[in-house]
Amino acid sequence: MAEHKKEIDKLSGVETTGHEWDGLKELNNPLPKWWLYLFYATIVWSVGYWVLMPSWPLVSDYTSGLLGHSQRANVHREFEAAMSERAETGNQLMEASLEEIRSTPELLEFALASGGAAFADNCAPCHGTGATGFEGYPNLQDDVWIWGGSMDDILQTISYGVRSEHPDTRFGEMLAFGRDEILNDDEISAVANYVAAELAGTEPEDGADLDTGATVYMDNCAACHGDEGLGSKELGAPNLTAPNYLYGNTVEAIEAQVNNPRHGVMPPWIDRLGETTVKSLAVYVHSLGGGQ
Amino acid sequence: MSTNVDPSTQLDEDTWFVSAEKVYPQSVKGTFRTIKWAILFVTLGIYYFLPFIRWDRGPGAPDQAVLVDFEARRAYFFFIEIWPQEVYYLTGLLVIAAVMLFLMNAVAGRVWCGYLCPQTVWTDLFLKVERFFEGDRRQRINFDKEPWTANKIARKTGKHAVWLLIAWWTGGAWVLYFADAPTLVYELATGQASLVVYAWIGILTFTTYSLAGHMREQVCTYMCPWPRIQAALTDEYALNVTYRADRGEPRGHLKENKKRAAEGLPAGDCIDCHQCVAVCPTGVDIRKGSQLECIQCGLCIDACDNIMTKVGKPTGLIAYDTDINMERREQGLEPVYKFIRPRTVIYAAIIAISAGIMLYTLMNRQMIDLSVVHDRNPLYVVQDKGVIRNGYTMRVLNKMNEAQTFTLAVESDSGEFTAEVIGVESNADGSIAIDMGPDRTRQIRALVFSEPDADLPASSPLDFVLENTDNGEKVVITDFFRAPEQ
Repeated sequence: MAEHKKEIDKLSGVETTGHEWDGLKELNNPLPKWWLYLFYATIVWSVGYWVLMPSWPLVSDYTSGLLGHSQRANVHREFEAAMSERAETGNQLMEASLEEIRSTPELLEFALASGGAAFADNCAPCHGTGATGFEGYPNLQDDVWIWGGSMDDILQTISYGVRSEHPDTRFGEMLAFGRDEILNDDEISAVANYVAAELAGTEPEDGADLDTGATVYMDNCAACHGDEGLGSKELGAPNLTAPNYLYGNTVEAIEAQVNNPRHGVMPPWIDRLGETTVKSLAVYVHSLGGGQ
Repeated sequence: MSTNVDPSTQLDEDTWFVSAEKVYPQSVKGTFRTIKWAILFVTLGIYYFLPFIRWDRGPGAPDQAVLVDFEARRAYFFFIEIWPQEVYYLTGLLVIAAVMLFLMNAVAGRVWCGYLCPQTVWTDLFLKVERFFEGDRRQRINFDKEPWTANKIARKTGKHAVWLLIAWWTGGAWVLYFADAPTLVYELATGQASLVVYAWIGILTFTTYSLAGHMREQVCTYMCPWPRIQAALTDEYALNVTYRADRGEPRGHLKENKKRAAEGLPAGDCIDCHQCVAVCPTGVDIRKGSQLECIQCGLCIDACDNIMTKVGKPTGLIAYDTDINMERREQGLEPVYKFIRPRTVIYAAIIAISAGIMLYTLMNRQMIDLSVVHDRNPLYVVQDKGVIRNGYTMRVLNKMNEAQTFTLAVESDSGEFTAEVIGVESNADGSIAIDMGPDRTRQIRALVFSEPDADLPASSPLDFVLENTDNGEKVVITDFFRAPEQ
């Protein structure tokens, strides 16, 4: 091969390698020089990279590199930077009253944005992404509030929860009229029919004894739910004339609740989310439209 | 056109493959060269100095006449201010630019390529610098063959230094369109500008230096799609730089052709001096007819006219001419020129209509705007007393440079509705005053309530009326009020 003389292919103007098979000659098209030099440059670069940056895996560790680069540390730094960037408006939020937040456009926009994000992260699993709730989990869109719908009421509920372990929690429990044998089955049936027919506006059973129901209601229920059934926010006694019952407003659902009431629990958020976020959440939930 | 090389005639050559040869364009003086210098001065003058022109827009707004402010999401062009959602003006501008190219092409071929294209303009400038350091065509060819002496190194270094300086300034001018020019110049001078700015200057320095200094005509021949497209846009009435073969052929040296003429043999005016080839920036021979590489700059016309004047023959052997006239001349007919043709009329009409629409919308630009997004979850809420409530997220835009107060109200034929904006007290008449900062947008959340127990269809149209009571500007956005299915 050594002494083969340079042969140029006519069609392409490219030198051949001198190899020939059945009259076909192989063209010698080496890699372009610029490409090769770039390739060599990347090899040199990689050696420098090994020294300066984290690169080689070891048995239980890795070579960390002279520059001390760490993606985890970068994330922490960026997180800190984002937090301190937010801190200014956050501090204003801390100091402002809920009313001031609502009436200051910049603070309101900030509170709605951060409140909306916090709602999606923390509240949506129970109350739904649209805040419309589920059975047993209150609807936050309507204007029926068990514990009060003013911004301050909402703030307190979010901060300390309902029937939670926090000392300032909202607390109210309905007696288990059936389970604890305070009322017998007939009385429970009568009062459930009374509540359905007279307060909730749903169909009572045929031949229900509404008069007995009314008496049982006045003797046992009115203390908390009120004579008119409007409920009591202080006691967490629901308004029985409102359309949305937490556990349903059919006669069976009401009977079940009178017999052996279910009591939902909401955790306190103040320690987990901090005052700024909880305030934003209160403004956000109030702004959904049902706030009072 | 019939002079395409037939490969079979070249069989004896070593190879059929020819790699690109370096082109050494010769300098030339003449009408078209003068026009090209004038255009070069004007276009580069605009490019390099436009960012420094000031335009007073009042306090708080930038005073740069032409500015694309990415950070504040605004673009300014003298009296025009564009918000990001109005970027369709840019689309309109691009449509007009494209059709202008088509129109230029239909009237006079590749005038864009020959006179206006940045590649041509900067290459011209770089060639001027090359000539200053290395001399004209003949000297440059010899100079490149010379061994490396101190003189050659000095001249080459000088040339590349000036090229790099121009290229660097090109990148430097580019970044000035995206920030306040005097401030950025100060920051650049003191090394305080951001890395992005330096990166952009670097990129444009590299592209200008390599494209205008080293690649030159190869950009037009191999990289640019326009030569391929423009062939489809030209027609027999388009003026193109043309060698008038009917007059020039058969070509021959001056004495030779004189002798042939004396003998009564056919003799053309072309004296085969190759001046048209020598001055050509892309190195083509125009006498082979119109070809892909020809950018139609007209420099061969200047060169040929100079020679024709010297030898005492009429000028215009190479001239702007049309394909149809070439044919007519061969047949001995009078040339015809027809610039008003369906093609040019349609292009001109498209330009006029697009420009008219843009101008009209710019003159009547709304300084107030509103966008409305209905809550998707939930679509509606039935409240305790049978009131149905819908929620909307809105963005209010105030494009004026002064603070304004807009009034928001809802109107509908389907029933009585009241609106409320979170955090804003409604007026006594139910309308809502929205305070807007200057040149600002504001997001608001609005609630709309029906009458108690209103009998509403599942969806009723609802108009949001936003009005600037000071000047009567008004925008009406129709959305829907959703209610439970009946």
